[in-house]
Amino acid sequence: MLQYDVVVVGGGNAALCAAIEAAEAGARVVILESAPEHMRGGNSRHTRNFRCMHHGPLSVLTDTYGEDEYYDDLLRVTKGQTDPTLARLAIRDSEACLPWMERHGVIFQGSLSGTLSLDRTNAFFLGGGKALVNAYYACAEDLGVTIRYNAEVLHVDLSDGRFHSVTLADGEQIAGRAVVLASGGFQADLDWLTRAWGPGAENFLIRGTPYNRGVVLRDVLDQGAQSVGDPTQCHCVAIDGRAPKFDGGIVTRLDCVPYALVVNRDGDRFYDEGEDVWPKRYAIWGRLVAAQPDQIAYAITDQKAQGLFMPPVFAPVKAETLGGLAQALGLSGDALEKTVARYNAACQDGSFTPGVLDGLATNGLEPPKTNWARPLDTPPYYGYMLRPGVTFTYLGLKVSERAQVQGAHGPLPNVWAAGEVMAGSILGQGYLAGFGMTIGTVFGRIAGQEAASHAG
Amino acid sequence: MLDNTPNLQDEAARQFQICNSCRYCEGYCDVFPQLFALPEMTAASATHLANLCHNCRGCYYACQYSPPHEFDLNLPAVLAELRQDTWERHARPQALARVFHSHGVAVAAALIAGFALLFFLMATLRPESGEGFYAYLAHNAMVAIFAPAFLLPLAGLAYSLRSYWREIGGGRITWASLRHMGSSVARMKNLSGGADQGCNFEQGARYSNARRYAHQATLWGFLMCFAATSVATLMHYGLGWEAPYPFWSPPKLLGVPGGILLCLGTGALAWLKLRADPELGAARVWGGEMAFVLLLFTVSATGLALYAATGTGAVPALLAIHLGAVFAFFVLTPYTKMVHGFYRTAALLARR
Ligand SMILES: Cc1cc2nc3c(=O)[nH]c(=O)nc-3n(C[C@H](O)[C@H](O)[C@H](O)COP(=O)(O)OP(=O)(O)OC[C@H]3O[C@@H](n4cnc5c(N)ncnc54)[C@H](O)[C@@H]3O)c2cc1C
Ligand code: SF4
Ligand code: SF4
Repeated sequence: MLQYDVVVVGGGNAALCAAIEAAEAGARVVILESAPEHMRGGNSRHTRNFRCMHHGPLSVLTDTYGEDEYYDDLLRVTKGQTDPTLARLAIRDSEACLPWMERHGVIFQGSLSGTLSLDRTNAFFLGGGKALVNAYYACAEDLGVTIRYNAEVLHVDLSDGRFHSVTLADGEQIAGRAVVLASGGFQADLDWLTRAWGPGAENFLIRGTPYNRGVVLRDVLDQGAQSVGDPTQCHCVAIDGRAPKFDGGIVTRLDCVPYALVVNRDGDRFYDEGEDVWPKRYAIWGRLVAAQPDQIAYAITDQKAQGLFMPPVFAPVKAETLGGLAQALGLSGDALEKTVARYNAACQDGSFTPGVLDGLATNGLEPPKTNWARPLDTPPYYGYMLRPGVTFTYLGLKVSERAQVQGAHGPLPNVWAAGEVMAGSILGQGYLAGFGMTIGTVFGRIAGQEAASHAG
Repeated sequence: MLDNTPNLQDEAARQFQICNSCRYCEGYCDVFPQLFALPEMTAASATHLANLCHNCRGCYYACQYSPPHEFDLNLPAVLAELRQDTWERHARPQALARVFHSHGVAVAAALIAGFALLFFLMATLRPESGEGFYAYLAHNAMVAIFAPAFLLPLAGLAYSLRSYWREIGGGRITWASLRHMGSSVARMKNLSGGADQGCNFEQGARYSNARRYAHQATLWGFLMCFAATSVATLMHYGLGWEAPYPFWSPPKLLGVPGGILLCLGTGALAWLKLRADPELGAARVWGGEMAFVLLLFTVSATGLALYAATGTGAVPALLAIHLGAVFAFFVLTPYTKMVHGFYRTAALLARR
């Protein structure tokens, strides 16, 4: 049986940070990545930025983003559902992570065009997450880390409360003095999602890697590791309904909702499309659409709205009349026309300003549209199909401040976890853009250091 | 328009649409910011962006949608194909361009034809007296051969560029656009990866500046050799100072280091090309591109060898080979990869 000092399960950001730290501390390290080489890097390959605390300008980040402001931002989105100690630790450590990332090959660029300006809070990766992943793999290789692709771990041997070895899908066993679990969430296991969410989950699209099936998470939970978080909680956004089932990534987002009218399968509206600017609302729309019949919705705009939002990757359905559009979308023409007529009648005069809350609201409509409410009356009409897209699940392993996994009877002496697999400790619900990579980097590094010092 | 032009433009537009929704590669090169600023994608825009692309390949290795992903993103390849298509489309006669771009062997054959011609001329037109090179080939005979070999291709190239400029709607050239072009070329900015880390070529997903430096050695080496020839021509006709020139003279001071740079640069480019993935370029013309690099290498290497052999019996043979290579290089200019420099300069100048 092959024997290493540190076995790292997973091949995304958290795994790579752990492997690099452990190797730099002198440990013999193996990375076990279930994906083939060209699909390596899990959800991390889809990311674009990293949220980072800093005092004064740092690399591409401008101004200052202090601990308290960062923490307040987190509390707002999680509605207080967070572990304050771990959250503050992640925030505080993020500042030292950025230069560490640069030293290990990550290159940053300013905030991308078309994104809401994030250049104070989020550092963007040049080329995106796959470029980051490539840089880390190159760095790990240079440090002598053994990298195994197509190496799905099915079982982690935790007999007598400590780690001994892992078993791969082909039956091979690999032993280690310590293990870092960084194998992501379970969102790509649709059966598990269905058990948690109900049958509607079959219609969910998975925005990231098909390899995060929670196999290792399930295996260690079954062996008594403590869990944290709620299996129904996940980052779930409304995306283009024509996106691929897996791995559609960033381009499947649809930003038209604030300037549209959104109806369900029956042609009825169900929520205020103009409640807030889209970056603050896209994450709730996943759940809203998930609650509709068949987990589907349609955003309808007219000619006036073209050019107000980022171009979608799939061309919208287009028609000269509402009836024609309804037919092309497979909706009832009568129902759609009625809904639009009711909405148009409720629109009021006022000035329309895209991008800011303009207060142009409907009058006497239920549910209301509280901003950007202009009548839908200028053909051609456009239709965009929306479905819930799951980014990652929050149910995970409970860890200590040193990223150590907690067993039934206290900490497991040689088991650490980092990234999505333990993010539930910090994200009880809600999500803060760029925080996934922060959690993975901070706890990946800690886990790598701890595992190496245990092994050495 | 060639048969495949609309398909290539459509495929580039399909991929650009995905990029436009993603934007992760914005920082690599000039292509992305210009793409994102377009109100809509047109065939002319696709052609322009293709000629602006320097094939640094950053956007392939960084792309989460590269094959086997169903979005099948391979921007460096489709843009290389589209560039190739542009060059062939605007070249006259088109058939020559197609043959030379896709058949490295044809390039080599032309080169050999060049040799044969020279050997023939040397045998028949050899002057009774004369010094240095002219002892082997009459100066007037050289001019009679090289002037048309130089001027006709230039005229052809000018025609092609004008037709390209019209297609993309290049607009008026301003000082600002000249400055932008000059600094981009001088630093080979679009092979810098955006942060001076270099591009992705011989080391796959790892960045490297090797190709950028090899390209600059080739470019500067070529320009110095070109300047050496031009200065020598001026000295010959203007000052009546005829070759051979001593080492401490402008033609030699430019030509020797220029030749060394060109030789090293092209040698390195050929070596790097062997290590890079052909599927990220215009795979069907790999041979033609390689033959072009080797042709330039031959021009510089034989030039240096000729200089080293001064006064020995090897001169007649080396001279014939060197001049044959130069001859082939000039005649082929509108049809080889050499055109990339002209089109790309035009793309960098275009203010659309
Ligand atoms: C489209 C998209 C965009 C995002 N954008 C951002 C962003 O801009 N900023 C941000 O902070 N976050 C973003 N996120 C969230 C972010 O991707 C995650 O929080 C982060 O990547 C988690 O890193 P990780 O290393 O824990 O997991 P992953 O990167 O998913 O890595 C998990 C790894 O484990 C491997 N694996 C799984 N099971 C096994 C097994 N049984 N055996 C062996 N290996 C296994 C997988 O193949 C994978 O390599 C985005 C997510 C998506 C889907
Ligand atoms: S090449 Fe890929 S990663 Fe880069 S902008 Fe285009 S779609 Fe995005
Ligand atoms: S290959 Fe390089 S130069 Fe060409 S589009 Fe991609 S990043 Fe830009």
